Amino acid sequence: MEQKFQIVVLAKQVPDTRQVGRDAMTAEGTVNRAALPAIFNPEDLHALELALDLKSRIAGAEVRVLTMGPQRAAEIVREAMYRGADGGYLLSGREFAGSDTLATSYALACALRKVGADLVVAGRQAIDGDTAQVGPQVAEKLGWPQVTYAEQVVKVDGDRLQIRRRLAEGVEVVECPLPMVITVNESAPACRPRNAKRLMCYKLARTRSELLEEQSWVVERVEAMPELQIVELAAADIEPDMAQLGLAGSPTKVKRIENVVFQAKEAKRLTASDEELEALIVELMAAHTIG
Amino acid sequence: MANFYLDNKELQLQFDHPLMQRIVALRERDFVEQEHYCYAPQSFDDAIDSYRRVMELAGEVCGEVLAANAESVDREGPRHIGDRVEYAAGTQRNLKAFHEAGLDGLSMPRCFGGLNFPLTAFVMVNEMIARADAGFQNVWGLQDCAETLNEFGSEEQKERYLPMTAEGATWSMALTEPDAGSDLGAVMLKATWSEERGCWLLNGVKRFITNGDGDLSLVLARTEAGSTDARGLSMFLYDKRNGGVKVRRIEHKLGIVGSPTCELVYTDAPAELVGDRRMGLIKYVMSLMNAARLGIGAQSVGTCEAALREAEKYASERYQFGKPISQFTAIGEMLATMRAKTQGVRALLYETARYVEIYKSLAAVGKERTLTAEERQEMKYYNRLADAFTPLVKLFSSEFANELAYDAIQIHGGSGYMKDYPCERIYRDARILSIYEGTSQMQVVAAINGVTKGTFLEEIDRLAAQPYAEELQPELQRANAMYEQVRAMIAHCDQLDQQHKGFKELHARRLVESVGHLLMTYLLLRATTTHAELYRTSAQIYLRLAEAKIAEAATRVMNSTEEDLELYQ
Repeated sequence: MEQKFQIVVLAKQVPDTRQVGRDAMTAEGTVNRAALPAIFNPEDLHALELALDLKSRIAGAEVRVLTMGPQRAAEIVREAMYRGADGGYLLSGREFAGSDTLATSYALACALRKVGADLVVAGRQAIDGDTAQVGPQVAEKLGWPQVTYAEQVVKVDGDRLQIRRRLAEGVEVVECPLPMVITVNESAPACRPRNAKRLMCYKLARTRSELLEEQSWVVERVEAMPELQIVELAAADIEPDMAQLGLAGSPTKVKRIENVVFQAKEAKRLTASDEELEALIVELMAAHTIG
Repeated sequence: MANFYLDNKELQLQFDHPLMQRIVALRERDFVEQEHYCYAPQSFDDAIDSYRRVMELAGEVCGEVLAANAESVDREGPRHIGDRVEYAAGTQRNLKAFHEAGLDGLSMPRCFGGLNFPLTAFVMVNEMIARADAGFQNVWGLQDCAETLNEFGSEEQKERYLPMTAEGATWSMALTEPDAGSDLGAVMLKATWSEERGCWLLNGVKRFITNGDGDLSLVLARTEAGSTDARGLSMFLYDKRNGGVKVRRIEHKLGIVGSPTCELVYTDAPAELVGDRRMGLIKYVMSLMNAARLGIGAQSVGTCEAALREAEKYASERYQFGKPISQFTAIGEMLATMRAKTQGVRALLYETARYVEIYKSLAAVGKERTLTAEERQEMKYYNRLADAFTPLVKLFSSEFANELAYDAIQIHGGSGYMKDYPCERIYRDARILSIYEGTSQMQVVAAINGVTKGTFLEEIDRLAAQPYAEELQPELQRANAMYEQVRAMIAHCDQLDQQHKGFKELHARRLVESVGHLLMTYLLLRATTTHAELYRTSAQIYLRLAEAKIAEAATRVMNSTEEDLELYQ
């Protein structure tokens, strides 16, 4: 069989913090996941697009998505398949509960070694934690080079990629040997939409656990079509050091959470004159708030 | 994060309609295609589930991509470069989004790369597109030309051209000429057989051709030299890659700016004959026009929805005298009436789409095997309804779209007259709806037979005989009273016409509209029976509107004398 070039996209199901309402936080100060819709982390969608674009440029490339989370995170894998991914893995189990970025990247690195990857692409950061740590930590644990803040793969040159990075002061193009980890900025091209045919086909993609609760015709269909099988990985499947998983493997401790309250004293009153508006624009540009 | 399907319960309900069982059964023929296509359904429930998911996807593309581009497309418009058309940048983005989402070829058979979705879904996508950007509906919706080719083209033509639709090819239908507008029988574009090149060559001029620079076109041309009427016309398929057609100009229009309206010059343009010679207008274009009219119906209902939403939004946000203007009775009545009209005409649109769907599906089955006597009867029944209802939908939806667009600006007050709000674009876009694909006056001509031959009344009888919620009995009685009034009007007109020819023509619009108002009243009462919370208010409001409109028509018809015939000559 022809050796495939495996691109694995790391994706996370996150609460949609862009739609924050009054009940977005619990009384304890943690995110109220029940009140926010679960979505595909936005920057991970940019990562998926970058991977799908590469798939069309590298002969024999396949794109699979790897997500860690509860059973319902299988929806992330399906969503990626609707947009063009060939399949995916769900890393799930109570052993992973309470993971901080260190434990998460450890678990993901173990899983990546297990499933095999030639290139890992992830979003820069997730909108629930905003740490931007998981991608780089995965690279460290795999011992691979990393290119962060990526916007576009400019050139595929054998086993090297030329990548444009978007930085605060401008852009730079770097070259890096494979295998590597790329983390992708939101300035990268937006992900292609779901595709109707893929949507109708892969709506039946299921994990092993999900199949247990399915009607028989779905089970039959999934068993007959390997492409509908989302690979479910439990802790034991990735042969980890259990002490580095979940809460036990997470040194991060949340000490206190505070709500940010905007004070009225920060407000500024302007008249509708052109002069005052222009002054405000100049001020905001100087503070890099806009422009 | 707008989704034009998820935020519209009425669209979602269409898939619950009892006729969907029959529609899916005819479309999917025992679900045989699941063996060959992973996206083909396995059961009725599976099919409906797929329809819903794909409509949600289409609703997202419309709500997110199209709506965001609408303003720039309207400002920019297409460009005429050399003898070709270049779409506005936003139009190009729209086409790309629809293509990537795999929505092109929605109703085409799977063997030609399509999704084999029912007409209900195709109409729905067109409605959602129009709500976002009416002009883009012209560009995308012209895919229904592919339906016509699928119906009448040869196997070879279908295999060659239909897959192009799913691959993103755009279509146009080139019918109108400077001296052949409503009177298509006067078309002059010449088609001559070239022995030398072994194909037909087209020569002449077409005007007002929507998306005239599309990849593929269906063209009406005169094959019978010396003939002067419809019987000398044939239909052709023109592939732009073969050359021979130049875009001489793009019209500068009041509205639907994004949709390029072209004047085309044909110079020895090679084309393929579709179907039989001399049947171009009589058979194929009639079918094509019916499909296009349903498309305009969808475009109009989408325009109604857009106008209604803009008006509701502004009226709830604009405060005067210390409260939102929606709370003033004058504005409240306008908004409620706009909603009732939108709901009424949408009910009529999807009812019609189901009729067209069933008879066309049966016709397609009939090409594969002999239909049973029952099936033939069923086909005839729905064909008759479809022919009567299609012009009625076109008439009402396009007129309502204009009324709603007018009212939407009125509710915005002075702000609505400025370029700052979408309602001014909607107003300009709406104006063409009651003109193209046959003016409202032409729709009346097409629909009047349904009135005088009883098609509509029989359908109303059938509707009236259905079960209604107990609480709707007072409304039902009022509807039944209107029914008697309309019947009397028709009979009176008939009688007058027998004495003096011309009364039926004089009152045709009043009769057709009365029947339409009545139909929509019953449809809304039926809908209220199953979904009271969604339809109840609109049903009551529409009933009152219909009563007033029918009373007005009755005054004119019942008081009509011979003098009228001369007065309006």
